[in-house]
Amino acid sequence: MPVTVEADIANGLPGFTIVGLTDRAIQEARERVKPAIRNAGFKFPQRRVTVNLAPAELPKEGTGFDLAIAIAILRAEDQSILLDGLAFLGELALDASLRPVTGVLPMARCLAAAGIRRLIVPVENAPEAALAEGVEVLGASSLQRCVDYLRGEGSLIPGVRDTSPAGAAPEPDLAAVRGQAQAKRALEIAAAGGHNVLMTGPPGAGKTMLARTFPSLLPDLPYDAALEVAAIYSLRGTLRERPPTTLRPPFRAPHHSISRAGLVGGGTGLAQPGEISLAHRGVLFLDELCEFSRQHLEALRQPLEEHSVTVARARAAVTYPADFMFIGASNPCPCGHLGDAQGCSCEPRQLNAYHGKISGPIKDRIDLVVSVPRQEYREIFDGAAGESSSSVRNRVEGARSRRDRGAAHGNAALTGREILAAARATAPARRLLALSGERLHLSARGFFRVLRVARTISDLAGEDRVGEDALAEALHYRIEMAG
Amino acid sequence: MSEPRWLEPSAPDWPERLDHLASPPAGLWQLGSIGPQQPCVAIVGSRRATFGGVEIASSIARDLAAAGIQVVSGMALGIDAAAHNGALEAGGSTVAVLGCGIDICYPSRHAELRRRIIAGGSLITEEPAGTPPFKYNFPKRNRIIAALAQAVVVVEATERSGALSTARWAADLGREVLAVPGSIRARQSSGTNLLIRDGVRPFLSLADLLDAVPELQTAIPHTTLDFVQARPGGGIERFSPPLREILARMGTQPVYPDQVGATLGLSPALVASRLGALELAGAVMSLPGGLVARTV
Repeated sequence: MPVTVEADIANGLPGFTIVGLTDRAIQEARERVKPAIRNAGFKFPQRRVTVNLAPAELPKEGTGFDLAIAIAILRAEDQSILLDGLAFLGELALDASLRPVTGVLPMARCLAAAGIRRLIVPVENAPEAALAEGVEVLGASSLQRCVDYLRGEGSLIPGVRDTSPAGAAPEPDLAAVRGQAQAKRALEIAAAGGHNVLMTGPPGAGKTMLARTFPSLLPDLPYDAALEVAAIYSLRGTLRERPPTTLRPPFRAPHHSISRAGLVGGGTGLAQPGEISLAHRGVLFLDELCEFSRQHLEALRQPLEEHSVTVARARAAVTYPADFMFIGASNPCPCGHLGDAQGCSCEPRQLNAYHGKISGPIKDRIDLVVSVPRQEYREIFDGAAGESSSSVRNRVEGARSRRDRGAAHGNAALTGREILAAARATAPARRLLALSGERLHLSARGFFRVLRVARTISDLAGEDRVGEDALAEALHYRIEMAG
Repeated sequence: MSEPRWLEPSAPDWPERLDHLASPPAGLWQLGSIGPQQPCVAIVGSRRATFGGVEIASSIARDLAAAGIQVVSGMALGIDAAAHNGALEAGGSTVAVLGCGIDICYPSRHAELRRRIIAGGSLITEEPAGTPPFKYNFPKRNRIIAALAQAVVVVEATERSGALSTARWAADLGREVLAVPGSIRARQSSGTNLLIRDGVRPFLSLADLLDAVPELQTAIPHTTLDFVQARPGGGIERFSPPLREILARMGTQPVYPDQVGATLGLSPALVASRLGALELAGAVMSLPGGLVARTV
């Protein structure tokens, strides 16, 4: 929501007050604005100055208001400054130069939506702000330049919209992982259908490596989706890690020691987007899933279901998008050796607690489970280097185009009714499914999950109807938390 | 399709099996898209069936339809209707042999079922159009059901049920008869239990039917058979060659799926699909840590 900054200069004891539910950074703006105005060669009024940030009941924070406050004060004294339909963003340095601020892209988009036609930002922020459509962006290097422009005496540097996709950091290639054919196949299916995956296997088997190659299997994001992602990164001030116009889906892998606020969003003042929002339209990878606290995992439930997260604060609730694909990796047991030659040394009770953690909040949202066995066992079989990411990605893109439903999450997001219609299962496949319900004790939810995965497998194979083979394969990847 | 046709014994699609009867029909009225075919199994039983019986009948019919076997019955209330419904649900074809004229819907509450049978199978009768459902037509009708089918499964029947007459006709023709056993106290199963006491083969799973009538197996796709046939305790011979190949490779020690794929030269997708099928058949189980082990 745009904030209107108004200034009043009244007779009385010299003083400078800023009101309007401001945070500490805005209160400190007084000490930046005053010297900046002086050092820019203007006079700070030796009277009673009151600045109001409206609407007054909206909590405001950050240093981005500095420029607007300074301009409001100068405008109160100097009628030659013209402010028609203009908005300002920027932090002032004491020498009156302008410093870049975070969150420029989402603010520029919001201002454009509110009908603002021209926006003045620090020069460094101009390219980012210019990505927002419908608003003319001007970059200013200092307060003087800005005032000159407003008096019609000088010009500012126009922000140029450069939408050419920027390169992203290189993604590790699938071919770099030796062996693990089953796991790679499961990741291919996950990429094609937007399914959430759980990988289990002993420590050192290559789960993390596989997960890191996963983004390289995903197709480029559409431009507007990439812009959404950039807006979130901008809020966190992390656009330097990720150029705003890159089309590669983001990949986030927070460590299990992360705070709950860091994971889902929060923090003091207005809630900041968390890791799950930074993974929006991309991949969230939680390594050592069972080491995350139950509260953390519980907090993922809402975003996994609704593809967004709402962080409520006493004064305001903020909703951030969080539409990500989830990849979890976990050891088969706390010691990590369940089922391998070394033998597991865990107590049964420990095991239950360990698996109970995943089974509650996360289990319902995982479509594919795949085992990643330790590598030694299969090194002897490891002749071929395996397929490269780009050739797998071609198949993934083919499967996605075959079933384009507009949603980023593909088949994984189909409701029970939709998947029943979309599967077009053959009669033998239907019977197989019914049989698996009886024999494998599939719940209704499990039933639809298997069908969704089978649909994706058929898409990859270019088949219109879900047949027995696709269904049997999907059954093999079904979630089974008992062991 | 909307017009009934008269099928004569000289017609190319005349079901030759009807000629096994001592008194074959002079011809048949047929209405529907798919006429009597091979392989074909009859499911018959009581009109006043229990919920359990209805469920069993439709489940058997679904299995048969999924395996590509046509289901024939008499469109009566209870078991007959469940058999037709099950077959249609699984996308299979079904034939209803009527005891009245082709243009009469009896029982009248089966108008909807009749419509679906016409779409996914056909109605046949030897009675001329307009014949009401006379009581004495039904035993005659039963002989046609018995003659068309390669085997007759009686799901529920009392001692005086018409389904037993179908079973007798079938036995006379040398068709295999199977009966679903019930509790000795259940009136609805008294007839089927009597059949079993008198030497009829009990039907415990589809495997019993396939054992009894080996010709049915040849017509069925392998994979489907593997699932419906799989029973604990059997050898690995009952699986189709691709699945047997995997089982043979697995030996007694648990293995990793990737090892199976590598030694057999199969794609990961095929390995997963076949393991999924074997798990479903109860022949393989997944162990923690990603190993799979044979359980047969």
